Amino acid sequence: MLFEILKARFQQGHQTTAYPAGPPPQLSERFAGMPAIERSACHSCDGICAGLCPSRAIQRDAAGAVALDMGRCLFCNECAEACPKDAIRFTSQYQLAAAKREDLITDGVNADARLALNERAARLYGRSFALRVVSAGGCGACEADVNVLTTLTWDIGRFGLHYAASPRHADGLLLIGPVPENMAFAVKETYDAIPAPKFVIAVGACAISGGMYADHPECHAGRRPIIPIDLHIPGCPPHPLTILDGLLRFLGRISEE
Amino acid sequence: MAGQSIVLRNNQPVALTEIPRLSLDAFRAWTVSQVEAGKRLAVLCCFPQIHGFLLCAVLADDANGWLELAGAEAAQEFPSLTPQCVQAQLFEREIFETYGLRPVDHPWLKPVRFPCASHHPNHKIGEMDYFQVEGPEVHEVAVGPVHAGVIEPGHFRFQCHGERVFHLEISLGYQHRGVMQALLQASESQRRHLMETAAGDATAGHTTAYCNALDALAGRQAPARAHAIRGIALEFERIACHIGDLGAMAGDVGFLPTQAYCGRIRGAALNMTAAICGNRFSRGLIRPGGVAYDLDDAIIRHLLERLEAVRADAVSAIELLWITPSVLERFERTGVVSKEIAEEIGLVGPAARACGLNRDVRHDFARGIYQFQQIPIASVESGDVYGRAMVRWLELLRSMTFVREMLLALPDSKIMSEPGAMKPESIVVSLVEGWRGEICHIAVTDAQGELSGYKIIDPSFHNWFGLACALRDEAISDFPLCNKSFNLSYCGFDL
Repeated sequence: MLFEILKARFQQGHQTTAYPAGPPPQLSERFAGMPAIERSACHSCDGICAGLCPSRAIQRDAAGAVALDMGRCLFCNECAEACPKDAIRFTSQYQLAAAKREDLITDGVNADARLALNERAARLYGRSFALRVVSAGGCGACEADVNVLTTLTWDIGRFGLHYAASPRHADGLLLIGPVPENMAFAVKETYDAIPAPKFVIAVGACAISGGMYADHPECHAGRRPIIPIDLHIPGCPPHPLTILDGLLRFLGRISEE
Repeated sequence: MAGQSIVLRNNQPVALTEIPRLSLDAFRAWTVSQVEAGKRLAVLCCFPQIHGFLLCAVLADDANGWLELAGAEAAQEFPSLTPQCVQAQLFEREIFETYGLRPVDHPWLKPVRFPCASHHPNHKIGEMDYFQVEGPEVHEVAVGPVHAGVIEPGHFRFQCHGERVFHLEISLGYQHRGVMQALLQASESQRRHLMETAAGDATAGHTTAYCNALDALAGRQAPARAHAIRGIALEFERIACHIGDLGAMAGDVGFLPTQAYCGRIRGAALNMTAAICGNRFSRGLIRPGGVAYDLDDAIIRHLLERLEAVRADAVSAIELLWITPSVLERFERTGVVSKEIAEEIGLVGPAARACGLNRDVRHDFARGIYQFQQIPIASVESGDVYGRAMVRWLELLRSMTFVREMLLALPDSKIMSEPGAMKPESIVVSLVEGWRGEICHIAVTDAQGELSGYKIIDPSFHNWFGLACALRDEAISDFPLCNKSFNLSYCGFDL
């Protein structure tokens, strides 16, 4: 049996990504990351994209120029498929996180990966950060891609990051899901149980804005937030690389561009 | 039984007028007798009408591969089926909570999801009468809604004597997002995204059930290649989840090699889905009429290579379980559900197949690609954690073979069919074997051919009660292991 275990160990090889010191893992060619919008093309358009967007992530100003709210975006690519001028596309840029909610509203042109940094968090928890993960209406996808960071591909323990089983042992709360009414109390209680100073990371469109559930009377995230949010990691769900990148930038563990 | 019900195939639409309207007593008698005769209550639901409600029962005849549908009109109440038919208990509680239609003589009308607009007088989450055992040294353990791991919220109450569990009560609703309420007001694209997140780790399953239902109502057939790609996405989902859960079960018994490897291999399986559509959870792939992304030769080659790598890694990691005595000792005879109980409560999916029940939608109600390419059913008799683990292992091996064969001989056709208008005033039942078991969607159209009613039944709806049964007389410390062997969906139940 010991021999079989050793044989399996040999078969599995070394799998941990070299990122961030080395290159990140190869993403699918069809991966939809940071949007890039050619706004000059929008002026002579009736804006079919805004009406089509299932989570109403696309906003148009008076001149017709389009901005995309990544906090609501599902990265479903339907706007890009429908755009008659090919003015919207989703690039392969996986760095999407931002500390301020308004920095998620973008045409993609001025996107800056440094927007995720929180100097106070970096100073306090840059070398060790324990998170209490709370799923509140999450569908299981964000949970899976948050959980996968503990596996040996990503191994967040390398960075002093870990998920704590109790809020009393945590420095922050990682929130998933649109926070249904039935979880509002539990989310607040968990947040209150974490000793200060503490930070909240919202992972996924639901936790940031309510996503598809933003207008449901049952859900709180977005319109009636229960707790303040310090870092937004967009996506539906965000790729594990996007989540890890966001956490590391938030803590000042990646600074060079 | 002629005239009491209408016989349907999976995804076969019929006019609403063809549903026999029985008297409420005849409806109850018919449903109870069918379940006693060995059929399974796939759905008991009601649709609001201009006056009152239309109660519908769908019975699955797994052996013959057909469904029987009967209806009855009800105003404010109906005689409860539950005293004679356990499978009805949760459906009836749901009907009462959602619509206020009262099942008279239901033994215990507890809340199901605690929605904002509940018909229960007191509907604050968690506030209800729980099952209680009294006696010297009997104690109660309450867990949740927030759990120690990275999982969805739910509340569990154990009635214990020392370590031994007399009874586990599972009280959910914390994940209730109002999916069903939102569906009918949503645009087609929004509806599809709601389906994709109904139970987000079963995206391909729920979206396929939804798209098959809409396609059937619109009289459009997705092209063969699209059916094949839907099937590949569905099997990738099954492969990824079974690998992940086998790893987590290894972790729950403290066997770390398999746990560590499987977490990584699950990700590799999800990445195969991402190679098709860019998203690891097949978001945006499956659409009414077909699929949105085609596979070119380069992607097919890539997938075949990745599949072989995943297979080799999974075999090396998971076969360790079956030769390690300390694992087998914890898996065997833990969390047993007998075949009789499984049949009585209507278990579905791997949990049912682990009890020796040969039910699998891919075989019994085959649609799409499964009509042409069969997957053998994997079943064992033991009904314990070992059984559920072994069924998942056999299934995932067979799924990998199936996907490989699909990729090597992908039908040559378009991937999207022409749109069509949906039949007015019709109903269709759409079944798909998700990785947890039978996903059932029912769609109803109005006189204009727009959706006027929709019902989603996640396999978890049938199976949570199975987990409660598995814990009877077990040690409370085996709960995480038993729970993971089922790994049911909270959000798919709460919707």
